[in-house]
Amino acid sequence: MPFERVLMKHVGVPNSTSLAVYQADGGYTGAARALRMKPDELVELVKQANLRGRGGAGFPAGLKWSFLPKDRKITYLCVNADESEPPTFCNRVLIDHDPHMLLEGILIAGYATRTTVAYIYLRGEFMEQFHVLQRALDEAYAAGYFGRNILGSGYDLECYIHRGAGAYICGEETGLIESLEGKRGWPRIKPPFPAVEGLFRQPTVVNNVETLACLPHLLTRGLEWWLGLGTANSKGPKMYCISGPVNRPGCYEAPLGITCRELIYGDDFGGGMRGGKKVKAVFPGGLSMGVLRGDLFPRAPAGTIDPRQDYDELDCVLDFDDVRKYDLLGLGTAAAVVVPEDADMRDVLVNVARFYALESCGQCTHCREGTTWMYKIAQRMRAGAGRLLDLDLLVEISQNMGMMPGMSICGLPDGAAWPVRTAVQKFRREFERRIAEQEPEAARRWTREVNRAAYELPVLQGRETTYVGGTFYQPP
Amino acid sequence: MSWRTIDRRTVAEEDLGPGLSTAAEDKIRAFLPRYPTKRAALLPALHIAQDAVGYVSLRAMRQIAELLELPPAAVMDVVSFYTHFWTHPKGRKTIVLCRSLTCELMGGGAVLAALEARLGIREHQTTPDGEYSLMTEECLAACEHAPCMLINEKLHKCVRVEDLDRILAEPANDKLDVARSNLFDAPTSDRRAP
Repeated sequence: MPFERVLMKHVGVPNSTSLAVYQADGGYTGAARALRMKPDELVELVKQANLRGRGGAGFPAGLKWSFLPKDRKITYLCVNADESEPPTFCNRVLIDHDPHMLLEGILIAGYATRTTVAYIYLRGEFMEQFHVLQRALDEAYAAGYFGRNILGSGYDLECYIHRGAGAYICGEETGLIESLEGKRGWPRIKPPFPAVEGLFRQPTVVNNVETLACLPHLLTRGLEWWLGLGTANSKGPKMYCISGPVNRPGCYEAPLGITCRELIYGDDFGGGMRGGKKVKAVFPGGLSMGVLRGDLFPRAPAGTIDPRQDYDELDCVLDFDDVRKYDLLGLGTAAAVVVPEDADMRDVLVNVARFYALESCGQCTHCREGTTWMYKIAQRMRAGAGRLLDLDLLVEISQNMGMMPGMSICGLPDGAAWPVRTAVQKFRREFERRIAEQEPEAARRWTREVNRAAYELPVLQGRETTYVGGTFYQPP
Repeated sequence: MSWRTIDRRTVAEEDLGPGLSTAAEDKIRAFLPRYPTKRAALLPALHIAQDAVGYVSLRAMRQIAELLELPPAAVMDVVSFYTHFWTHPKGRKTIVLCRSLTCELMGGGAVLAALEARLGIREHQTTPDGEYSLMTEECLAACEHAPCMLINEKLHKCVRVEDLDRILAEPANDKLDVARSNLFDAPTSDRRAP
């Protein structure tokens, strides 16, 4: 049975952002159905559907909703549209082409959680999307889908768009909440979790745009349709993004569980590499989730997965479970960027390390200093002054920051450590080769450039030093 | 008045920069009913200030602090966290170039170099005629159109070095062609050049 696109069904339809077009195609019938159910039934339905959050962590949305205290008076719903993870753009495509699908999802989620006010936290750079979404919201208000006594059910919901101002960390749920409260986007220590005490110290649900956009389809098409899509623990449709030097970069919808190779080479997806180049590396789930080796490497013997060996890893299934076998942090946003064979991994490493060094919020020492340190090391290696020691140092730093070793408040340093560590471990041979190819005097030149004081002291412990084979060598 | 200390480093009145107009203040007040606390309207207020003044001036920060019943330091604290806000005058149009991994792989570095050469400025600088400011940012979330460039509101996609002349020569290169909502956030037209 060919897969039918649901999340992206209005992409390419003329005037798809208007309410009339959306309603003509059965829009808001899911919300009408939801409003006839009891809120708890809806939560139960979403739990059964095992709708896992599409924002990155993959936490089941129904479970998140069920953590809300039973005796609450006020509940807030925050919609996380602060899409800043490179190279993700599926939320942008969704808002650009089908803002009403998101709004309907907000209405359903709002009703299920008995929300009174919903805030859409839209990233500051999304100007066009802001106007599209605001107009759609105006239309929805005028048609009675928001406001008081929605569709005669007696349920009230207000929805506002809140624009961010350029901070990656505001995509973290407690960072988003802090930012919404008008503070710096510093993540909070958990617990208390937002479901208990979040926005304005009230129970709060934070959901991603794509998670909410799934809800109308879950209601109109039913649980059976939903459970028929995807793999064992990952159900439903997913928007995959592919970018980089492929023939057809873009956003494609598929049931969860396509392989990375399909995403790059499939005719329905990326359509192969430009100029017939080979893939050196691919970041399959946004940068934070780590890197896979491409088909520049030999294929692994059938049926084996060993991330420690230099094998082609494109057969990784992009769902919530299989990615972990390839030493990735998770599925993330399922946005792949392809690194072609002629790119230098040192440049890639600098770019990745720079992103996190700039976007770390600076609260936790390990993250603030660790990301900057990794960026400095990566820059040094790119300048041709790397040492073999640096590779081990990068791995060591990356293993000592983040929530997993218990060093930080939020998951940003995990996301920073993972791509650096996997890149160093999986492409170690290339880095070693680059270091071996360095000019012997490069380290000195680099030191002279970045640190004059060090260069003024060329004698270590009274002896002249030379730079040989990646280490400082002192003749006896 | 012996208990009063004189802060000799207080910013002089004329260095505070332009302030908010009454219309802009009213716009900020219109946001207050949306949130249970006044402080939550800070980000919208700063957006309005940046649209009205061109950047977030010290005087605007003080006015916002008064409107939202916050210490001025709290406003500055927030302003300094977000990269979108400028605390010094910027050009009429801000060019934001993406330099994330996809854009870099697709030739974003060459575009940045060409742009710097053409405008004669480096990052975070403004051209002498006050027309353009240049900055780079991490991922504009349009990676399928890499490399991309944002001029004020308008996103230019698949920018190549040879396109730059055409894009920069176009007078409306920062205007969106979508229908606007006339709700609160619509940018004001009284944007001043520094």
